[in-house]
Amino acid sequence: MRTLTKLNPLDPEAASDVGDDSAAAREEQAGRIKGDGPLARDTVEAPPHRHVHQHAQAHESAVKHVTGRAAYIDDLKAPADTLHIALGLSPVAHGRLTHLDLARIRALPGVVDAVGLDDVPGHTDIGPVFPGDPIFVEEEISYAGQVLFAVAAESYRAAREAVKAAFDANMITVDVELPSLDAVAAAERGEFVRPTHVQQRGDWEKALSDAAHVIEGEQFVGGQEHFYLEGQACLVTPTEDEGVVVHTSNQHPSETQKLVAEVLGIALHAVTVEVRRMGGGFGGKETQASPWACIAALFCRRTGRAARVRLPRSEDMRATGKRHPFHNRYRLGVDQNGIIQGGEITVIGDCGYSPDLSDAIVDRAMFHSDNAYSLGAARVTGHRARTHTASNTAFRGFGGPQGMMAIEAAMDDIARHLGEDPLTVRKRNFYRKDHQTTRRDITHYGQPVDQTGLLHTLVEQLEASSDYWARREEIAAFNAQSSVIKKGLALTPVKFGISFTAKHLNQAGALLHVYTDGSVMINHGGTEMGQGLHTKITQVVARELGLDVNVVRISATRTDKVPNTSPTAASSGADLNGQAARDASVKLKARLFDFAADHFFPGQGADSDDMRLEAGYLIAGYGESEQRIPWGELVQAAYFGRVSLSEKGFYATPLIHYDRSVGQGNPFYYYAFGAAVSEVSVDTLSGEYQVTRVDILHDVGDSLNPAIDIGQVEGGFIQGMGWLTSEELKWNDAGQLLSTGPATYKIPTFGDLPPVFNVALMEGHPNSMASIYRSKAVGEPPFMLAISVWSALRDALASLAGYREAPRLDTPATPERVLLAAEALRAQETT
Amino acid sequence: MINFHLNGQPRSVAAAPDTSVLELLRDTLGQTGTKEGCASGDCGACTVAIGEPDAAGQMHYHSANACIMPAHQLQGRQLVTVEGLADGDTLHPAQAAMVTCHGSQCGFCTPGIVMSLFTLHEAQTATPAPLTPERLEAALGGNLCRCTGYRPIRDAALTMSEHPAPRQAWWRQALAPMNTAQTDAVKTDAVKTDSTPPGERFLQPTTLAALLAERVRFPDAPLVAGGTDLWLNVTQNLTRYDGVIDVSRVDELSRIETATLDDGREGWWIGAAVTYSRLAPLLDEHYPAFAHLLHRLGSAQIRNRGTLGGNIANASPIGDTPPVLLALNARLLLAGPEGERELALDAFFLDYKKTALRENEVIRAIFLPHPEPTGNLNVWKLSKRREDDISALLGAFHWRLEEGVLREVRLAFGGMAAISKRAYIAEAALEGQAPTEAAFTAARAALLDEFSPMSDVRGSADYRQLAAANLLERLRRVVTATDTAEEVMLNAYAH
Repeated sequence: MRTLTKLNPLDPEAASDVGDDSAAAREEQAGRIKGDGPLARDTVEAPPHRHVHQHAQAHESAVKHVTGRAAYIDDLKAPADTLHIALGLSPVAHGRLTHLDLARIRALPGVVDAVGLDDVPGHTDIGPVFPGDPIFVEEEISYAGQVLFAVAAESYRAAREAVKAAFDANMITVDVELPSLDAVAAAERGEFVRPTHVQQRGDWEKALSDAAHVIEGEQFVGGQEHFYLEGQACLVTPTEDEGVVVHTSNQHPSETQKLVAEVLGIALHAVTVEVRRMGGGFGGKETQASPWACIAALFCRRTGRAARVRLPRSEDMRATGKRHPFHNRYRLGVDQNGIIQGGEITVIGDCGYSPDLSDAIVDRAMFHSDNAYSLGAARVTGHRARTHTASNTAFRGFGGPQGMMAIEAAMDDIARHLGEDPLTVRKRNFYRKDHQTTRRDITHYGQPVDQTGLLHTLVEQLEASSDYWARREEIAAFNAQSSVIKKGLALTPVKFGISFTAKHLNQAGALLHVYTDGSVMINHGGTEMGQGLHTKITQVVARELGLDVNVVRISATRTDKVPNTSPTAASSGADLNGQAARDASVKLKARLFDFAADHFFPGQGADSDDMRLEAGYLIAGYGESEQRIPWGELVQAAYFGRVSLSEKGFYATPLIHYDRSVGQGNPFYYYAFGAAVSEVSVDTLSGEYQVTRVDILHDVGDSLNPAIDIGQVEGGFIQGMGWLTSEELKWNDAGQLLSTGPATYKIPTFGDLPPVFNVALMEGHPNSMASIYRSKAVGEPPFMLAISVWSALRDALASLAGYREAPRLDTPATPERVLLAAEALRAQETT
Repeated sequence: MINFHLNGQPRSVAAAPDTSVLELLRDTLGQTGTKEGCASGDCGACTVAIGEPDAAGQMHYHSANACIMPAHQLQGRQLVTVEGLADGDTLHPAQAAMVTCHGSQCGFCTPGIVMSLFTLHEAQTATPAPLTPERLEAALGGNLCRCTGYRPIRDAALTMSEHPAPRQAWWRQALAPMNTAQTDAVKTDAVKTDSTPPGERFLQPTTLAALLAERVRFPDAPLVAGGTDLWLNVTQNLTRYDGVIDVSRVDELSRIETATLDDGREGWWIGAAVTYSRLAPLLDEHYPAFAHLLHRLGSAQIRNRGTLGGNIANASPIGDTPPVLLALNARLLLAGPEGERELALDAFFLDYKKTALRENEVIRAIFLPHPEPTGNLNVWKLSKRREDDISALLGAFHWRLEEGVLREVRLAFGGMAAISKRAYIAEAALEGQAPTEAAFTAARAALLDEFSPMSDVRGSADYRQLAAANLLERLRRVVTATDTAEEVMLNAYAH
């Protein structure tokens, strides 16, 4: 039986969602790939293997994880004389390094070498995009935890003890200056790490002045520590020439390769970076993994010995950047139905001391300050404030969550103001197909929102499956008779833009080898941090070559296999690398078919259209004339026929563009959608609360691997919930971080899993754009589903004031903040 | 030398007294399956199972954080790590369930989770019992996972019994005899002397007399029971200990005995080295509110190692059990070279981390009275996270309603002062009074006068003041809530 290319019967709403842009993308890609159009053709098909056994393939390392055989950086065997590195971190947030006696430090017991800024042969600034991150402090100290010097010793303990002794014996002295810790004050003083950016569409001032109601508010949105379970770590070994091999827990090997080469003053080809897996990344190892590799490489070249770094948890938490705290303000004009006509939103990202990735992060906060709602005529302003804290960095959602918090707060505010249910107000404000002048389908940065029908359908489905309205009534009745315990309910949507907003990063490469026994090795530019990327990529290759996934292996991500790669970030790992791996597979397959036509079926007029790779066979012809060549035989024959069994693949996302000079464009290839309903119970006397039920419906297009995607949705949600509830970063007035370990920084634990947790993937809505098998990115979007928990807390609190007011509730909404908000409402009610 | 079994194989390894089990595994023995996530006993990535034979040779397992467990405490024990569970290619049910439920993503926390599941599986094998949410939380609350959100881990716990039982449960077999000269040395207090070189002085007395003798001989050596607090000095502050005195095997400190005090009160003497886990069944039966608190004290790994004596001796203002013991009028039995003495617990805490313990004195036991037939105990802990968190504030309230008035009101707080402390003035405002709004208003006002809490990473002073007063309001509602079904606190936090 021939598998024909045929569209699966789609939901009419979804089918109509396949927009003009999607067709354009297919055309653009079709021309780029040899064989004209298999990609364009296949990606509009429902995947033929949608329901086969291996679809929900377990993580490729699952058995290694559970037996302890999966090796992380600190588990790697190293030469016996490997050096152990400890870092001298600044105890003060702002000041000057006045004295650093490296000679005395080098003489401490067990110490082999110690280095500071003057010992760096090449570049001393390791800022990833913009300068501003010195590898060691030269003179000005910019945050508590900044690296002043590093020590290499014979043992981990000796290295750490030497650093402690060096501080205790005043081998380092600093002058303390007043730190700047308030991002809002810094913004008012114009202290920015990058210039302010503005996105604007329509006459926002007129919209405000003409509006029936003006809703204003402000909020503080706290930061977040990544708390990857494996801390920052790397192992660097010398090569026989001037270079090094770097084993690192790292989301961006190519950048580390570049920075190590620059710090050593050598060419990039002398540096090889390898990442097998990370024990969690979440954005915290995109730029923050490089400094340790640079420092270890420095020791490695100075001594000729291997060198390893692993940061103790408290140092990791002090030295590395976190999710940006944000201060948001909104002033929105709405009509009598609560529909936003326009207004302004200002977001201030607390960037810490240097730019790092803050420009793009604050941009993404701005891009998502609309979430799923049309802002009408709006101006969105994003400031990048400089403070004396670690340089805040990428973290799942990359500013998007912080931006969304502003508009979700506003939705609740509008609802209370009008006395409507917040869900009603949210739905009225959703992007919708609209070809009139108001164009409520175009974002404030000018991108049309494709698939608005999906957004509406998804929310309606969830509304029904979660029984939202009946529970709303039950909760109102419960709250009316309960004076201490108050319940809250909220549904919040997510619309998340997929693509790096730095256009050049939207590319990927892959390298495919088939060995003579038929086993397959695929390398690509993405890194595995637990998200199942390698599993998905092996599934793609296995599917293209018609093989069992176990025949396909990924060794590691290596800069000498696939060069010039982008970070595994922006949820793009499978989108980009999946396409690149597929590209390589398709090319190799075409070559094998050409060979097979001559070799196995000479004179039969067979061409590649008659051939397919399935279940470990090359199959030619149909029905009675079908012939099968086992994969192993095909590969052997091709080898003896002197056909290359290696291929590289490449992919670049089409269509995207953004003109930063005017703040307009189509920065995203597509949007991913989702929605969550959360119910909470709050003890208004103590501020304690519990998330009692969560229902999620999330859009991943046609899932590449539903088990992995569900894992991303659930894990993202819980991580987002931690961000908004229990995870509190605290600094003292001197700018020293107080929450420096799991004893004081509380990520969700087992008991925080909601007792009822219904999570489903949206079915029957393939990506409207030509993505890998019509799937959608899944890493970041679910994170923001957790905003529903925060909104539900606000809902519960609002019951204390007859639902006439949405209380201000900054995040994280710890029991303390919830209690203080409850007390404020109660005090107000009694006066 | 430490003589123990690692995954069934006898081992004999030398280590400095302040070596942790995790260092021994990873650095000395090259067993890197067990991970370090925090080195402070808070994340569970390093969870291992420790097997201890009972008198009949039957092995009993508990989970422990290898990062803060003294390596020398492995002496004579079976250490099971993640590397030891699979039988060739056949996974242990805990492992198999984690694979089929997609319970690992990045995999770094996974070995620790597998070991927590292993101890749960062993407990289920020995005594099958329903896997209630509370039981699962107790088993897994000490293992942080940053990737999965725990749902698949919960599923793995619930389904592991469906996987085939291990063919070779070698860990249930009695320990093979070890080098007898060395095992004997463990039991002989006299082996370590003044001439024992520093660095080899991990002292494991088995009698109180020997413990007191070691105390005098090595005054600088800290006492260690579970190590759940002391070992943070090693991993976080890089403190080095040339000598350590282990109280965990001192017979007199390990007993739970019924007793009658001179004042006629009946109760139990709880040995200072009795772990929370060993204490739990007694509290479950007699003091459910106290038992419930234990579920929120640290994690299973911590409760398996930490002791009541340690919680009192370290005199932290945010220790969880002291306020409860204060509310129960607990007493201490202190033992020193000059003999033993009793002391009321509220006379023990003098100031921040300062106690009435004299030089060379140790806490031998804690007197826990029998519950009064009409007495009530409420214990309310406030923290950012329900499980495995340190109190921002803890209130423990004892009271009795007698002919409409409150009697024997004892209100104790943690987190409100430099020590765990009774609120005597607030107590006086309630003692002998009917539980009226006015009486409680007076008590709340007294509380504000009595305490000036500080602001720190766990909460602000304002929040502590407010929340402490609100706990008294909650108490009022509990005392007077006999005629209404209205809930005054959340189920998840209630007992």
